[in-house]
Amino acid sequence: MSQHGARGGAALEVKFVPDEAVLKHIAEDAAFKVRKDKPQLAVSVKGFVKTLENISDNEAQEILEEKSYVAALGIRAQDSMGNGSGVGGGEVYTFQTPKRSGKMAELASELARTPGQSEAVDCAECPEKTVKTPQSSSKCFGEVKLSGWGKKNEFVSTTPYRLRRRLAGPDTPLESESEYSASCSEGEEEEQKESSTAETVQKTPAKTKAASTPLPKKSLSKKMKEDKMSNPVEEYFEAHSSSKVLTSDRTLQKLQKRRLNQETLRDLLKKAPFPFAAEIKELNEEHESLFSKWMLQLHLGFNIVLYGLGSKRDLLEKFRISMLQESVHLVVNGYFPSITVRSILNSVTEEVLEHTGTFRSPLDQLEFIMKRFKEDSSLELYVVIHNLDSQMLRGERSQQILAQLSSLPRIYLIASIDHINAPLMWDQAKLSLYNWLWYETTTFSPYVEETSYENSLLVQQSGSLALSSLTHVLRSLTPNARGIFRLLAQYQLENKDNPSYPGLSFQDFYQHCREAFLVNSDLTLRAQLTEFRDHKLIRTKRAADGVEYVLIPVDDSTLTDFLEKEDEDV
Amino acid sequence: QQIQEEMNKQLFDSLVNFLRRSHSEFQEKATEWTCQMKSREIPTAALILGVNVTDHDLTFKSLSELIQNNITPYVASLQAKDCPGIKNLMQKLMGQLMNCYVDVDSLDEEDCAQVSQNKIRCSMTSLISWYENITKKTDFETPSRKRTSSRHLQSPPVVVIFKDMESFTTKVLQDFIVISSQHIRELPLILIFGIATSPMIIHSLLPHSVSSLLCIELFQSLSCKEHLSTIIDKLLLTTQFAFKLSEKVLQVLINIFLYHDFSVQNFIKGFQLCIVEHFYSQPLSVLCCQLLEAKKRVNALSHSQCENIRRLPSFRRYVESQESEKQIALLTSDNFLKEAVQKLLEDLHVYHENYVPVLRCLHVFTSSLPKYPLGKQIRELHCACLESRVWESEDYESSLQLARMLNKSDLVTMLQKCMEIFVSSSGKEFDKVVEKLKDFLAQFQKPEGACQEQEESVSSQKELQKKTDLYHLQKTLLELKESRRSKKLTKFEILRFEVVDFIDSLVRNYLVPADHKTLHEIMYFNTASTLREHLNAAPRIALHTALNNPYCYLKNQALKSDGGSISNKAPDICIVYKLHLECGRLINLVDWLEAFSTVVMAVEGPNGDAAVSDQVDDIIHARFIRAVSELELLGFIKPSKQKTDHVARLTWGGC
Repeated sequence: MSQHGARGGAALEVKFVPDEAVLKHIAEDAAFKVRKDKPQLAVSVKGFVKTLENISDNEAQEILEEKSYVAALGIRAQDSMGNGSGVGGGEVYTFQTPKRSGKMAELASELARTPGQSEAVDCAECPEKTVKTPQSSSKCFGEVKLSGWGKKNEFVSTTPYRLRRRLAGPDTPLESESEYSASCSEGEEEEQKESSTAETVQKTPAKTKAASTPLPKKSLSKKMKEDKMSNPVEEYFEAHSSSKVLTSDRTLQKLQKRRLNQETLRDLLKKAPFPFAAEIKELNEEHESLFSKWMLQLHLGFNIVLYGLGSKRDLLEKFRISMLQESVHLVVNGYFPSITVRSILNSVTEEVLEHTGTFRSPLDQLEFIMKRFKEDSSLELYVVIHNLDSQMLRGERSQQILAQLSSLPRIYLIASIDHINAPLMWDQAKLSLYNWLWYETTTFSPYVEETSYENSLLVQQSGSLALSSLTHVLRSLTPNARGIFRLLAQYQLENKDNPSYPGLSFQDFYQHCREAFLVNSDLTLRAQLTEFRDHKLIRTKRAADGVEYVLIPVDDSTLTDFLEKEDEDV
Repeated sequence: QQIQEEMNKQLFDSLVNFLRRSHSEFQEKATEWTCQMKSREIPTAALILGVNVTDHDLTFKSLSELIQNNITPYVASLQAKDCPGIKNLMQKLMGQLMNCYVDVDSLDEEDCAQVSQNKIRCSMTSLISWYENITKKTDFETPSRKRTSSRHLQSPPVVVIFKDMESFTTKVLQDFIVISSQHIRELPLILIFGIATSPMIIHSLLPHSVSSLLCIELFQSLSCKEHLSTIIDKLLLTTQFAFKLSEKVLQVLINIFLYHDFSVQNFIKGFQLCIVEHFYSQPLSVLCCQLLEAKKRVNALSHSQCENIRRLPSFRRYVESQESEKQIALLTSDNFLKEAVQKLLEDLHVYHENYVPVLRCLHVFTSSLPKYPLGKQIRELHCACLESRVWESEDYESSLQLARMLNKSDLVTMLQKCMEIFVSSSGKEFDKVVEKLKDFLAQFQKPEGACQEQEESVSSQKELQKKTDLYHLQKTLLELKESRRSKKLTKFEILRFEVVDFIDSLVRNYLVPADHKTLHEIMYFNTASTLREHLNAAPRIALHTALNNPYCYLKNQALKSDGGSISNKAPDICIVYKLHLECGRLINLVDWLEAFSTVVMAVEGPNGDAAVSDQVDDIIHARFIRAVSELELLGFIKPSKQKTDHVARLTWGGC
C-alpha cells in the first residue's frame, strides 16, 4: 500500500505543478480554489457515470452512447483490477484527479494521460470509498494521518486541516452539515420530505461526532453509496433532499469585473475566435443539400422540424432565401419575447389574406383562416418558425392552434426546436396534426439572435438596468424622499443575511423616518410610499397579522451599488 | 413523382374505404335503434375506440358522414377543447346543427338563421323551436325534399357526437344530459360518446342520477391491430403496387405502431414517407411501377441510367453468374442490357405474383399451429420470409413438425382454404398446384370411404383405387398400403406427410427472400435508419452527443477523444456543459466562469502578457456568458433566486 501511495504521490506532484501555476494565474488563494473544486468534482463524476448508464437504459438503439458505455465499463473493470488492492495510495490518487475538477477537461487533451481519462469514469466508485476512509479516520485520530493523506500534504500545504476535512466529505451534504455553514437557501424543497430516513440515521452520528461511531457509520454510508450509485432516481432525491447546497459564496460582485451590456458583449464576441469554422461549414453544406428534399416533403403534406445543437436560424434563413423567394411566406421569430399566437394569426389574416377586421378569439381567427384556405385553392403559405419551443409559444393552447394551422394542406410549416424537453409539449393528437418529419441539423453555430433577448440570466445586464432606473427615478425626487428610500435600502442591506426577512414594517419605518426628521406624520410617509410604489421602487405586502411590510424588490448587490453611488453624489 | 402521388391517393382511398366498411355495422345498428327510441331516456351509443386517438378523427368523420347520408341530416360533433362550459357547448352545437341544416336545403331562406346564430341566446328552448320549425317545414315540403323524405325518418333525430368523452368536464356533460333529458319529447336526441379507455369511464364520469337518464348501448370498434393487418394486406401483400418494403423497414414501422402509438394514421404516414424517400433517393425508382409501364420505361432509359443499373449490387451478382460473352454484352451494350432488364423485371413481377398466394397459404398452415412458431399474424410471417430463407429457420422446422401432427379435419379445411387462395390468385403457374391440391383433397376424402369398404371387400377397394389412381404418387401409396395393411391409418399419415412436403416445396420455390432477387433494389425500400430518424427522432440524444462528443459532428482531429472527457479545444458550449455536469443542484456562476477560463486559457497557451491578458479575460467572459445563455436556452439551467449569482441545474443524470 505504501508503495502504491508513494507512486501515486510522485505522479501527483508532477501533475500538479501546472495546476498550481494556473491557480496562481487566477490570483485567487489556492486553498479557496481547491475547496471549491472538490465538492463539484465528486458529484460530477457520479453524474457522469450515471449519464452513461441512463442513456444505455433509455435508448438501447443509440449505438454511440452504448459503445461509450461499454467502453467505460471495460475501463472501469480494468482499473479496479489495476489498483483495486491499493486502498490507500492508489485511490487517493484517483481522488486527487477529481480535485482538479474544472481542469479535468483541460488535462484530458493531453493524450499521453490516457489513464487519467479512464479515471474520470472510474473514480465514481473509488473516490467515495476513499473519501470515507480518510474522513472517518481523521475524525477518530485527530492529528494522526494516514500515509495517503500525508503525501497529499506536500502539495496542499496551504490548505488548513479543517478545510481538508471539508473536502473529505464533499458529496454528501450530511457530513458537511456538521461543520460547514452551508449557504442556506430559503426555499424549502418539497423533496425534503422525501429524504430517506436512512439519511437521518446517518446524520445523527455525524452530528454527535461520537468517537465510537465511525466504524459502523463508514460501512453504512458505503453501502448507501453503492445503493445510490445503482439507482439514478435515488440520486436525484439525494441531490434534492436537502435545501442546503454546497457551493461557494462568491459572487460576481467580488470579481471586480465590470458588467457587460449587450453591445459590448456582442463586440467582444466578434473578437473572439471562431473555432472549427471549416467543419461547421461542412456541416451546414450537408444540411443545405437537403433543401430540395424538404421542399418536396413539404409539398407532400409533411411538416418539417429541425433539431440539434446550434442555431438553426441561419440555416432556415438560407432555406428561405434559396427556396421560398417566389412564394408567400411568413417568418416567425419565436425567440422574440413578445411573440404570441395571436400576432402570428394576425399576420396571416392581415398580410396574407388581406383581411381587415378583428376577431373575438384566436379560435375564431383560426376558423376563418381555415375556411379561406379551403375555399381558395390558389392560396399557399410557407411558415417558417424559429424556435417553436420558445417561452411564448410553448403553451398548450398556442401549440394546439399552431398545430391546427399547420395541418391545413396548403400551409407548409418548417420549424426549429432547441429545448431539450421540447417534444414534451406535443401529445399524440398534436403530433398527428403537425405531421412532423424530424431532421437532425446540428450546426454548432452560436445562438446569437436567440439569446440576445434572454435577459434573465445575464445578471450583468439586468442588474445595470435596474440600477440605472433606480437612480433615474430617485433623482427626480425631493431630498426627503430620497432620504426615506435610503433609509429603507440601508435597513434592507443590514438584513440581507436573513433569508426570511419580510421587509420593514410600516410602524418601524415611520419611527425611523421620524427620528431622521424626514417626515412629520404617518400620512406624509404613506403618500411618499404610494409614490414609490407607483414607480415600482418598493413593494408592500401585508403579513398574516395585518402588519404592512415594505420591501425593495431589487437584489442586494444592486442595492449596494446604488448606495455607493448615492454616497458619491453626496 | 406523379406515380408517387397517385399511389398516395390510392393509399388513402383504401384507408377510407376500409374505415367505411368497419362502420357499416354501427350504422345498421344505429338505424334499427332509432326506431325504438321513444322512451324517456336519451339513447346513447358508447363507442369504444381504443387508445389510438389520432385515428379517431377519421373514424368520426366517416361515421358522421354516414349518419348524415343515411339517417338524419342533423349531426353535430363536439370536441372537448371547444367546450369548456355548457354555454360554449350549446353555441357550438347550435352552430353546427344550423349550418348543416343550411347545407341540406341549400340557400333557402336561411340567411336569417345564420346571422342570428351568433346573436340568439343559445338555449335548449331556441334549439327546440328551431327543430320544430324545421320538422314542420319538412312536413310541408316533403315532396320537394327528396333526401329528407325518402331516406330519413319522419322526424329525424338529432345526433350529437362527443368525440373525446374523457376530456370533457364532468360538469358540462352532466348539465347537458340533464337539460336535454327534459326536452327529449320535443327534441329527439341521440348521443354518441367516443371513448378511448373503457366503458367504465361513463360511470365514473357521470353520477348515477345522470347516467340513469341515458340508455346506453355499447359498441366496440375494431381494434387498431386489425386495422393494421387489413392495411398491410391491402398495401403490401398485393401485386397491385410495385413499391415494396424491405424487412427492416417494415419492422421499424410495425414497431413504431406497436410500441409507440397504435396509430394507423402514423403507420400510413410512415409508409408515405418510405415512398417519398424511395423515389427521391433511388434514381432507378422510375422503373418502380406496373409491369407494362416499366417495360416501356426500360426502353427509354438513358445511358447513365443503364450505368446505374449496372452498378446495382444485385445486378452485379446476376452478371457474374452469366457466361463470359453474355457478361460482356451486359456490361457494354445498352440494348442488350435493356432486354435483360425487361426479362428480369418480368421475373420479379412473377415472383411477386407467386409470393403472395404461397405466403397466404403458408400462413393458413402456420397460424393454426399451437404456440405459433412462425407468428400469429401474416405480417410476422411476411417479415420472416423477407428476412432470410424461411425454410432454414428453426421456427419453420418446428412448425413443419407440428404440421405433420395435424388431424384430418383441420388438414382438409386448410387445404381447402389454400385451394381458394390459389384459385383466386392470378398466377399462371398455379394451375398445377391447384390440381395437386385437389388431388390431395380427393385422397383425403377417399380413405374414409376406403376404410369402410375395406372391411367389406378388399378387392373392390383395390379396383376403386386403381380406377382413380391416375398419378404415379398414388401407386406408390398403394404399394405402401398393401405392405402395411394392418395399420389402417398409415395411409392418412403418409398423405399428411405428402401434403406437408408439398407445402414445403412450394415455400422453397416461391418464398425466396426478395434481396436474393435481381433488381430488387428498384422495388424495395431499404434504408430503415432514415425512416427511424425522421419518424422517431431523439432530439435529446442528438443534443447530448453534440455536447459530449462534438467529434461526431465536427470531424476535426483536435476534437477526437476517447472515453468520457472531451478536449479543451471543443466549442465553448461543450466545455461549459461538461463543467456544469460536475455540479450539484446549484451552480455558482463565478466558480463556473473561473473553471471555464482556466480551461480556455490552457488552450491559448501561456502568453502571459499582462496588458493582453485583461483583454483576453473580457473575451473569455463574453464567451462564457454566451455559452451559459445558450445552455439556458437549451433548458439545462435556469436562473435561481436561492442564492446570488447562482443558477439551478435542470437536468439530472443522463442528458
